[in-house]
Amino acid sequence: MNNKTNIELRTTPHVHAPHDVITIMRNVVFASLPMAAWSIWLFGISALLLLITVLATCLLTERLLNFKAENTLGDWSAAITGILLYLTLPPSFPLWMGAVAGFVAIGMGKVMFGGLGMNVFNPALLGRAFVQAAFPVAITTWTPALFDGRFTTLIPSTLTAPFMIPQEVGEFNNQVAVDAFSGATPLALQKFDGITTPLVDLLTGMTAGSAGETSAIIILVCGLYLAFRKMLDWRIPVAVMAGTFITAELLQLLNAENPDGLFMLFSGGLMLGAWFMATDMVGSPVTPRGAVFYGVLIGFITVIIRVYGGLNEGVMYAILLGNAATPLIDQLTQPRVFGEDKSQKESS
Amino acid sequence: MGLLNFFSKGTFSHGVHPPTNKEITSAKKIRRLPFPDHLILPLNQHIGKPAKAIVRKGQEVVRGEPIAEADGFVSVPLHAPATGRVKAIRPMSTARGEQFMSIVLDVYEGDTQQVQWRHEYDIDNMGAAQLRQAIQDMGMVGLGGAAFPSHAKVTIPDDKTVDTLVINGCECEPYLSCDHRTMLEYPEDLMRGISFVMRAAQLTTAVIGIEDNKMNAVEKLREHIPQGSNITVVAVETKYPQGSEKMLLKSLLGKEVPAGKIPLDIGAVVNNVGTVSAIGKLLPRGEGMTERVVTVTGPGIDKPGNYIIPLGTPIGFVLDQVGYRGGRNNFVLGGPMMGPSVSDLETPITKGSSGLLILNEAEVLKETRRIWPCIKCGQCLDACPMHLNPSQLGQLAGKRQFALMAEDYHLNDCFECGCCSYVCPSNIPLVQQFRVAKAYNREQVALKNE
Repeated sequence: MNNKTNIELRTTPHVHAPHDVITIMRNVVFASLPMAAWSIWLFGISALLLLITVLATCLLTERLLNFKAENTLGDWSAAITGILLYLTLPPSFPLWMGAVAGFVAIGMGKVMFGGLGMNVFNPALLGRAFVQAAFPVAITTWTPALFDGRFTTLIPSTLTAPFMIPQEVGEFNNQVAVDAFSGATPLALQKFDGITTPLVDLLTGMTAGSAGETSAIIILVCGLYLAFRKMLDWRIPVAVMAGTFITAELLQLLNAENPDGLFMLFSGGLMLGAWFMATDMVGSPVTPRGAVFYGVLIGFITVIIRVYGGLNEGVMYAILLGNAATPLIDQLTQPRVFGEDKSQKESS
Repeated sequence: MGLLNFFSKGTFSHGVHPPTNKEITSAKKIRRLPFPDHLILPLNQHIGKPAKAIVRKGQEVVRGEPIAEADGFVSVPLHAPATGRVKAIRPMSTARGEQFMSIVLDVYEGDTQQVQWRHEYDIDNMGAAQLRQAIQDMGMVGLGGAAFPSHAKVTIPDDKTVDTLVINGCECEPYLSCDHRTMLEYPEDLMRGISFVMRAAQLTTAVIGIEDNKMNAVEKLREHIPQGSNITVVAVETKYPQGSEKMLLKSLLGKEVPAGKIPLDIGAVVNNVGTVSAIGKLLPRGEGMTERVVTVTGPGIDKPGNYIIPLGTPIGFVLDQVGYRGGRNNFVLGGPMMGPSVSDLETPITKGSSGLLILNEAEVLKETRRIWPCIKCGQCLDACPMHLNPSQLGQLAGKRQFALMAEDYHLNDCFECGCCSYVCPSNIPLVQQFRVAKAYNREQVALKNE
């Protein structure tokens, strides 16, 4: 019985909560699947092919760039980047450009920084920012949701050969659209034409836009699931939404032509950004107060870009800026330690 | 969650909810284990200066007789837990991981093991100072695990005003039930002990805080509160580490002990129920502390329960008595959140041992958990009851910035409760890193002082 080889030595604590990085990442993947499925329902097989392409590129890049190291695909984080990146791209996006985005997202956004936990920026958004700069036309080319024959025909630009300029989709849009389709997203319509899309369409996602920036309701449900499982910090999306709403309402007070807060909340990529991009754990502050500040900052910058910027969408840059500010925010918002008297500390 | 905790009463913010696993033993009556053939009594069973041995090798001792004396104020004597003969005084393995000078006692087989040595006290007419001396003479220390000498704890410095005695019946560590059983089975001892401690420290009120998963103990103690005494029993939220002094005071009194200060600074003295009930039992008899209630539990044994075990009993002997199944096990002295693993089955039960856990493969040893990089999820910040930033501390520890950790990130406020490591999805051994950092800093200070 006194056989010493049977003794296992561990450091405290000897028990552990029933979750680890893999369970968190896996749940984020599961939570993003309904959004991906809804986008495929809205946009058909072109969207499906784009998803497969982006996801495969992300996974391959993660594995190939780490060819000498341990296989890190098992942590599911590359899969998250793939799915989220797909959700930010327009459904008509040429597949080869999708592959470029995936490669940049993982290669430059993550592996280059040292892999999981080391990246400064949200990898998916970095990939998206790269293709936004590289292919400004393709990434702002939209197709209508729910067009006829979306499960049998491909959008003409999808299969563009690598390094070729994609085919115009204007004519295709006119053929498939049920009613006159202007080829603009609600934000572009609002900004450039002064047309406000009805809130109901925004909530269900029956509008033109990126694959995943369309249904606010589904994003909300998936996000709430993660928040209740404590796999995302609820403070961040709440703060982003509050920051957006308040800034938009204030700007509307200045100029009645500016869109109202609710429109800002439910249009474009804001919901997806607030719930799934800004909440990327690695790039967001760890401190509770920092998370709130970071969220409000993102909401504020988003609205400023949308209203005053040359672009009609600003969530992506707002989040990337938020990521960049995170180390500083963390530094400035260290929690108040139990029993610490701040006033006393400053005087001493 | 954080929001809810903030507004509800009888709790503190942050903390974790590990499965308690107390139902294994919480209904099991306290029973005695037999005496082993030898006892190992380290001289450092308490915090403070180790006791000084006053017996020689080969000397015969009777049960209850002092075998080591207190060396200074923060120190307590040691009493022979059994009648026998001193076999050796030499370094032996202890739960703290290092070997320490211990008195090894050969127990006389067939002896009736009656307590044959005691002080004679006129308990009703003793003054506060005399009572405190008596508490030191009985070798009493905090039985919750810290093992701080009890008489030192109830000695109130002249410049402090203290009126409240807080009795800690939380027992927040998973698996343990010895305090729970003590409250259920020895409520009279506990109440008597409270009156002694209140007299010794000259306190006016007493509050017993018990986690609300032990409502039968709350009711039992309420029934036993003596008429006209100023004792209340309060149920607090079941949450780890509710039983930490600072957390319990926050829950019961709504006050935070200032950083770097002790409970005395907010007018309270905290004592564990096991300690106080042992004082209540032993002081009138004039006996020293020679045994304690230990919860022996875990999936690796057949007869888990709460046992009165003579101090110095080797763990190996306890295992023989409780149907140890063998195999690969992690032996933990204390609770699973803070108790150390022991490396030697000759390690003895000491005054601070509240539990002996036998955790086997099925429970915790499935595989060595993979350590991932910190993904900055912030769960440790939401768990840390001291509101530290374990994530940042962990990263600084990785860079060996130990001094910075203490200076800017409050490393020394960490009491190693283990909440951060418990929740960390990356399985980063945060507590261990902090221990290393603190030890390193202590060394540096010592070097500087040389």
